[in-house]
Amino acid sequence: MTKIISPDEAKQNSSFKSALTELLYQLADDDFILAYRGSEWLGLAPHIEEDVAFSSINQDTMGHAAIFYQLLEELGEGDMDVLAHSRPPKERLNAVLLEMVNGTGTYLENPKFDWAYTVVRHYFYTAAKKIKMDSLKNSTYQPLADAAARVSIELFYHMMHWRTWFQQLMLAGGEARTRMEKAIFQVMDEMEGVITLGPKGQEIIKFALIEHDKTLKDRWQAVLSPVFTSVNSIMPESMGMKSGNGRNGEHTADLESALAIMNEVYILDPAANW
Amino acid sequence: MDSTVSYGLLAEDEKHALFIKRIEAGEKIEADDWMPEEYRKTLIKLISMHGISEIMGALPEKEWVPKAPSLKRKLGIMAKVQDEMGHGQLLLRVSEDLMKPYGKNRESIMQDLFSGDLKFHNVFHMEAPTWADAGLIGWLVDGAAIITQTNMLDASYGPYARALKRICAEEVFHAQHGESIIMALAEGTPKQRVMLQESLNRWWEALLMFFGPGDAGTTGTSKQDITIKYKIRTKTNEELRQDFFTKYIPRVLSLGLILPDSTMHFDKEAGKWIYKQPDWGKFKDIIKNKGPKSEERLRLRRISYETNEWVREALGSASAGERR
Ligand SMILES: [Fe+2]
Ligand SMILES: [Fe+2]
Repeated sequence: MTKIISPDEAKQNSSFKSALTELLYQLADDDFILAYRGSEWLGLAPHIEEDVAFSSINQDTMGHAAIFYQLLEELGEGDMDVLAHSRPPKERLNAVLLEMVNGTGTYLENPKFDWAYTVVRHYFYTAAKKIKMDSLKNSTYQPLADAAARVSIELFYHMMHWRTWFQQLMLAGGEARTRMEKAIFQVMDEMEGVITLGPKGQEIIKFALIEHDKTLKDRWQAVLSPVFTSVNSIMPESMGMKSGNGRNGEHTADLESALAIMNEVYILDPAANW
Repeated sequence: MDSTVSYGLLAEDEKHALFIKRIEAGEKIEADDWMPEEYRKTLIKLISMHGISEIMGALPEKEWVPKAPSLKRKLGIMAKVQDEMGHGQLLLRVSEDLMKPYGKNRESIMQDLFSGDLKFHNVFHMEAPTWADAGLIGWLVDGAAIITQTNMLDASYGPYARALKRICAEEVFHAQHGESIIMALAEGTPKQRVMLQESLNRWWEALLMFFGPGDAGTTGTSKQDITIKYKIRTKTNEELRQDFFTKYIPRVLSLGLILPDSTMHFDKEAGKWIYKQPDWGKFKDIIKNKGPKSEERLRLRRISYETNEWVREALGSASAGERR
């Protein structure tokens, strides 16, 4: 398929545009909600150095969400802030894994957050995101290919960061290893929801916006499997979508409460300039 | 200077005299140089408090990071709070080097914070209940911080002076970030303007207190004389507060805000601002962790410290601070 080089050109082909916006909502919503979960850790990370590093990663991730919402805005989907703040949970296409709480309590009260879960979730997600971005560099939608190239550069550092944590905690043995192994199963139970391209997957693939999700999944396993070996472990074979398929608009109560916090000021007056 | 070679052979008072000569000559003292006990202790106290205040200072703003009302504001406040944590990290490392002779480290700093031995800045004990507070903190609290920190840019202790140089460069962006939020509110809807005025009223007293009491008579103790003697800073608390007024009162008024102190005016003859003193008794209570949010914020840090204990253990607690 020939490249579509501008939003105007994309708008002329309605089935292309509909597949493209579907994919962009997935990418934008994924990063938006995970950047939020990450930012809840602010001031609560295991040590100050990690607080600084993690908040830099969260900023990058929120920045990526903004890039994808911007692409949607250019396609006529509406103002990027409205897209980020105003859509109800059932219209959100993020993977359920990324909306799940960090632990018990809230970021303001009694936050008993689980660092093992955070490390595994972020590491597995970042690996999947990197694979998607690399595939998107050849996307038939040129503005998305350009965006993916920019995002991909920043992911190099994110990958290194989370891989280091993953290996250190897995190799530490004792309580750390036990917690990590538990987290791996929790994350794998939902990991399919990150990789799947959802109900419009066939269309997305047909227009060569990104490669087949089966291909992406194989690559993800090929990246992670040696890392498991390096920490004397074996990657679980199966992954699932135990709590629902976010690409279908299926979500948990965790998303609802997260959105309520993120919108608290915005909804005081959505028309105002903040 | 070559006299350092023979420092070990000198008597205490000769060392002291040479040290004073060095700082009088504008030389920088480095971590491994000989220094009077009083100087070291003053620095440890000052820099640990500065460092931990940056970190505790992230907490009131942290409340607003997820709630920031647009993508642009979310990114702005995320970057700002990250800088503050970075300042904390940088300063604690300077302070850790000074503590080495006493066998103290990061762990001791955290324990001192929890026990109340290490105080954090009065402004970070206060409530930040609205989005306007997030803007006001950036605009006026960071604005005040720029004034006190600029005053120490030429501090006699080299590592602190260098850290401050980096910090001040970033603080300028923070003040701009805050000002931009404030401008949007000031030019916004009537509700937004009310939100802004209420925030200024709420923070006024804490901002006056920010620079510390004018003299030791007010609160019983004051470190300002020692820090001036050792060329760590140049101006007094009151001079800094006056600088703050001169810079910000015109800006506050130009936004159409009402000064929370109706008696405030500039006395041309005396060449200074006349204002109503804050309640310094309250100030003493606040820095003793009896402020409105002191306990809650300390509790947040304590919970995170305890919840993540297994992580520090896994990393090997001794090197936890160095690793990422
Ligand atoms: Fe700072
Ligand atoms: Fe700042």
